Amino acid sequence: MNEKLNMGRANLQEFSSTLQKLAENHKNIFVVTSDSRGSGKLVAFAEKLPEQMVEVGIAEQNLVGVSAGLASTGKKVFTVSPASFLTTRSLEQVKNDVAYSDQSVVLVGISGGVSYGSLGSTHHSLHDVAVFRAIHNIDVVVPADNFETRETIIAASKSNKPVFVKFGKKPMPDLPRVESSFRIGKASTICKGNDIAFIACGETVAPAYEAAGLLEEKGISAEVISMHTVKPLDEEAILISAKKCMAIITVEEHSTNGGLGEACASLLIQNRICKPFKIVGFPDEDTVSGSQIEIFKHYGITAEGLFETAKNLLNEE
Amino acid sequence: MIKKFTNKELKLKSVQYRIDILKYIKMANAGHTGGSLSCTDILNVLYNEVLNVSPDNFYDPGRDRYIQSKGHSVEALYVVLADIGFFPKSDLETLCKYNSVYIGHPTRKVNGIEFNTGALGHGLPISAGIALGAKQDDAFYKVFTLLGDGELAEGSNWEAAMMAAHYKLDNLVAILDHNALQITGPNREVCSPYPIDEKFRAFGWNVLETNGNDVVQLKETLSSIDFETGKPTLIIANTTKGAGVSFMENEKKWHHGVPTDEQYELAMEELETKLAELV
Repeated sequence: MNEKLNMGRANLQEFSSTLQKLAENHKNIFVVTSDSRGSGKLVAFAEKLPEQMVEVGIAEQNLVGVSAGLASTGKKVFTVSPASFLTTRSLEQVKNDVAYSDQSVVLVGISGGVSYGSLGSTHHSLHDVAVFRAIHNIDVVVPADNFETRETIIAASKSNKPVFVKFGKKPMPDLPRVESSFRIGKASTICKGNDIAFIACGETVAPAYEAAGLLEEKGISAEVISMHTVKPLDEEAILISAKKCMAIITVEEHSTNGGLGEACASLLIQNRICKPFKIVGFPDEDTVSGSQIEIFKHYGITAEGLFETAKNLLNEE
Repeated sequence: MIKKFTNKELKLKSVQYRIDILKYIKMANAGHTGGSLSCTDILNVLYNEVLNVSPDNFYDPGRDRYIQSKGHSVEALYVVLADIGFFPKSDLETLCKYNSVYIGHPTRKVNGIEFNTGALGHGLPISAGIALGAKQDDAFYKVFTLLGDGELAEGSNWEAAMMAAHYKLDNLVAILDHNALQITGPNREVCSPYPIDEKFRAFGWNVLETNGNDVVQLKETLSSIDFETGKPTLIIANTTKGAGVSFMENEKKWHHGVPTDEQYELAMEELETKLAELV
C-alpha cells in the first residue's frame, strides 16, 4: 500500500496516443474538433491522419450536430473539445442529436473538472456528470489513470451507444487494481479494505488511494473503488463495499450536487443502508481560485484531507 | 427508382395531403397546422420527385437524406411518408395519443425518419455532418434539410452555414420554408432575418428562390440545382403559412391552432372542392 506509485503521463496524452493508434488501423474513426486539436494533444493525429480529422472552428453547437450527422453515415466519431464548452454550449445537441437520436458519438471532454485551474469558472466543468446523469442513453466515464483512460477509449470505439468521457491534463500515477480487466459500467477495486470505503472517480482516485495508505498506518483498513463509470453505475460494487464497511466517502472533481456522491447516496438509501456517509467534491459556491492542485487542497481532495475526513467520519460511527 | 408524376397528379397529391394533415390534427386535437400546410408542397415534390428515398432503400447507405429541421411541421411529413408506403396511413389515427410513436415532432421510431428533431437550429449542422460523411465516402447521395424562417435566429444555423461553405458541401441543400410568419408574428417584426439571400451568399452559398406552394415551380427549381459548384445551396421557398385553407392563411393563430368542428367542415369543404376541380 505504501509503496511509491509509478508516475504515468497525463490521461490526455494517453487518450490521444490511444486514439491515434486506433485510427491508424481503423479508417472509419474520425475526430471532430472545435479549434481544440492543440488542447486535445491531437496535432500529431491531424498531421498523420488529416483525412480523419474534421475541424469546425470555435462553434460547439455545430461541432456536436456535425458529429451526430457524420456518425449517422457509419463513422466512429470522437468529438473532442474542452469539457466545459462541450457539455454546456452544446448540451442541447448532445441531448437531441446524439443521445435521443442514438448516434454512437464519443464525446471527449478534455481539461475536465478544474484542470484549467486559475483560468476560472468559465473553463471549469463541475456540472457535466450531473447533467448527463439526467440524459437518457449516454454512458458517463471518468477514468482515473492511464490504464482506465486507454481501456475507456478502446471500449468507446467499439460501443454502439453514445459515451461521454472526461479527464484532466496532469500526469497521473498508475494505480494498482485487484482485477486487471476493464469494462465500462464495471467498477475497478484499487485496494480492498473493511473499515471505510472510498468510492471515487477520475483524478480523485489517486489521493483516495494515498489516504488509504495513511489510514493503514493508523490501523484503519480502507477500500478504494474507482467508479470510473458514473452512468450506468456499478450498483453491485457499491452495495457490497457499503455493506462491508462502517463508513463511506465518495470523492469527485465535480459539484457535490448531482454527481457520483449523490448517485451513491440515492442507491444506498433506497437499499436501506444508512451509515456514516460523506460526499467530497465542490460545494455550491464560487470556486476558489488557484491551480488545480491548490483548488483540490482547498476542498480537501488530497491524501491528508481525505485521511482527516475519514477519521472524522469513523469517529461519528 | 425516383418516381415521376404529372403536374396534375402532384397537385392532386398536395390537396390530398392537406386533407389528411387536417384530418389527423383534428383527430389528435393537436398539431402544427399552419407550418404543415405551408411546407406540404415542398415535401410532396421532395419525396415524389427528387429524393432517392423509399421504404425499399431506406437502409441503403447510398439513399438521399432528408432532415426536417422545422420538426414541428411533422404532420406534413407523416402524411407524405405514409403515402409513399413507409407505414399505413391509418397509423396516424394514433397521432399524439398515449404511447403512440407518432408524436408531435420527428422521431426515428417512425419508419422513414432519419433524425429526431424538434428543437430548432439542429437540422443544418446534422445535415452538414451527413454531407461531409458522403464526401468522405466519395458517395453521391444528396442531403436535404427543411428550415423554418423563424429558426434562422438560432446561431447554430450560421455556424453550420459557415462550415458547410468551408468544406464545399455542394451535396447539401437547405430549403427554407419562407412563410414569413412565426408564432409571435411576422419574422420581420420579431427579429428580422432579412436579407436572407444576401446573408447566405455572403456565407458562400448558392441561393435560389422559388414559389414553395407551386409544385411545378418547385420541381423546376429543385431539378435545376447544380451539385458541382463547390457550394452548398439554399432554396428560399416562398410560401404561405396555412396554405390551401383560405381562412388559415397568413394567420399566426394557426401556428398550432386546431380547427373547431365548424372550421374543420369549412376547411374540408374548400379542399374537397379543390380536389374535385383538379380531377
